[in-house]
Amino acid sequence: MAVLLTKKARVVVQGITGHQGQFNTRTMRDFGTKVVAGVTPGKGGTKVEGVPVFDRVKEAVLRRKANAAISFVPAAYAKDAAVEAIEAGLKLLVIITERIPFHDSLELMPYARSKGVTVIGPNCPGLATPGQAKMGIMPNHIFKEGDAGVISRSGTLTYEIVNHMTQGGFGQSTCIGIGGDPINGTSMVEALAMFQRDRKTKRIVLVGEIGGTAEEEAADFIQRKVTKPVVAYVAGRTAPPGKRMGHAGAIIQAGKGTAESKIKAFADAGVSVAQFPVEVASLLAAT
Amino acid sequence: MKFLEHKAKEIFARYGIPIPRGTLASRPDDIVDPPLPCMVKAQVLVGGRGKAGGIRPAETLDEARRVASEILGMDIHGYRVKHVYLEERLDIAKELYLGLTIDRSAREPLLMATAMGGVEVEQVPRERLFMEHIPAIIGIQPYVLRTLRTKLELAKETGDQVASIARKAYELFRREDAELVEINPLVVTPDGRVIAGDAKLVIDDNAEYRHPDYANLDQDRTPLEEEAHDKGIVFIQLDGDIGVIANGAGLTMATLDVLNLKGGKGGTFLDLGGTDDPEKVKQAFEILIKANPTVILVNIFGGITKADTVATGLKQALEEMKTNIPVVARIKGVNEAQAKEILQSIGMYDAETIEEAAELAVKLRAGGA
Repeated sequence: MAVLLTKKARVVVQGITGHQGQFNTRTMRDFGTKVVAGVTPGKGGTKVEGVPVFDRVKEAVLRRKANAAISFVPAAYAKDAAVEAIEAGLKLLVIITERIPFHDSLELMPYARSKGVTVIGPNCPGLATPGQAKMGIMPNHIFKEGDAGVISRSGTLTYEIVNHMTQGGFGQSTCIGIGGDPINGTSMVEALAMFQRDRKTKRIVLVGEIGGTAEEEAADFIQRKVTKPVVAYVAGRTAPPGKRMGHAGAIIQAGKGTAESKIKAFADAGVSVAQFPVEVASLLAAT
Repeated sequence: MKFLEHKAKEIFARYGIPIPRGTLASRPDDIVDPPLPCMVKAQVLVGGRGKAGGIRPAETLDEARRVASEILGMDIHGYRVKHVYLEERLDIAKELYLGLTIDRSAREPLLMATAMGGVEVEQVPRERLFMEHIPAIIGIQPYVLRTLRTKLELAKETGDQVASIARKAYELFRREDAELVEINPLVVTPDGRVIAGDAKLVIDDNAEYRHPDYANLDQDRTPLEEEAHDKGIVFIQLDGDIGVIANGAGLTMATLDVLNLKGGKGGTFLDLGGTDDPEKVKQAFEILIKANPTVILVNIFGGITKADTVATGLKQALEEMKTNIPVVARIKGVNEAQAKEILQSIGMYDAETIEEAAELAVKLRAGGA
């Protein structure tokens, strides 16, 4: 087992004809993902990497039985693309796109929920279940099948940590990049609940960062509901207050969202917190 | 995007939120007909200006000019005052607070209000604070405003006005893509009018393309940050001396943290992002070099970003800017070997891990200083 993504996924790539869409269609297939269709309005009838391209998501569902979508659609059209995928009946949506206006997410996320749709992202590296499928942009070679569930607000920092884990002998059940935006489709707590339920997952790694209270809420949830060992890393110990550190969600506001607060919450909940990214693997060994 | 008070009030007025009469000046001589008696208010993008002496009363035109000349040019928490706003002085019977923010955890806008205006909202006891989520796809419903009036114990007339202002503020919040709309104090005058005494407005940078009118507003960026912003480079100046560049926000933050734990201090947060454009890489390094670091610390974990593209951009920038700042690089990813070759040709220090790179950077800094 794994969470959210298995080899059963039949993926449609929204924005497949763009640079990112093309490149990642190739790497997702190399990972073993069934990429069954692409969608770019106006480009229907063409092919990308041998994958048929349609004008509309509904066609991809009808003709190719797509059941999950990954979106590379530019920010200004991302809401449009997501609603189209939801209305076409897809229940899993991975939104890679960054810089989506907050107010679009404020409409989109509750709407997706009301339709029973799981959204991962936006502004995220996506999902990877080693040995089965990837809906995302992470480098393939860093992963190894295993029993550690990974949840992260970051992209490249996740690659760094997953790479150390793989080298240290800790493969992954599923890696969920929940994204660096203030409003995300799937929260850290929800991702934790999935891994707690998943039988294959024996341990959990959380990669958090400054801004918001996702880590504090996760710590509270871990204390109450998670029986599997958890190791965490929190980025931004040295970030100045009031500055947006690259990610839209990574900002200390009115004294809230500091790394200290998150690290303390984790420590109080019995989570091992790594000081250095490289330590995550050794802390896993100690659990 | 942050807005100065006078600009925020201009937008408030557009939505029908009552504001005091006022006039803007950047020199005392500009002041001709202020609404007397007035308050002379420093226009800076930082809180606490009142306590810092940036808000003062004036009774006459001469006094207004004199006070303005004293406030203009002042340094308030690191921000120089370039403009003052001279505003009609309100008689105050009561000070309320009204604010709208995004509740990240609930994924909904949050309306907040209290009858204890004039102080920071964080200091208001929870039971005195009205808080109600508003589903963005539905909009503000009448029950929210009914509850607001009850909770703030407002008289009928005042309640009508506050409810109307809350509705308008919400409309502004949504239409202008705001992250924050805050009226503190929301003044109730002895004759029963309700007026926005102050105005805070922050608009989501991601929505900048929907609001081209605001593109040229002054932001709280250093000149170098401004230059980077114009080139689409994510860059923040910090108070250390080691120039840090990495790809991805999380990795860049982590690199700064590791550097700190190893005894160094980052002078820049530069997120190269997922680019594969040599020109963009070069521009990023130019910004980094202009920040005048003692050592450059590069940390790349390539996915889309190719290692040799980064190396080429760095080499070109160093050569064109004729600088010999020592460089420590830790580059993982596609075409790693070519990258190392290029960087060795300019005498760069090569590291395998972030930790090692940070240690090396600290050592080089100590050796050079």
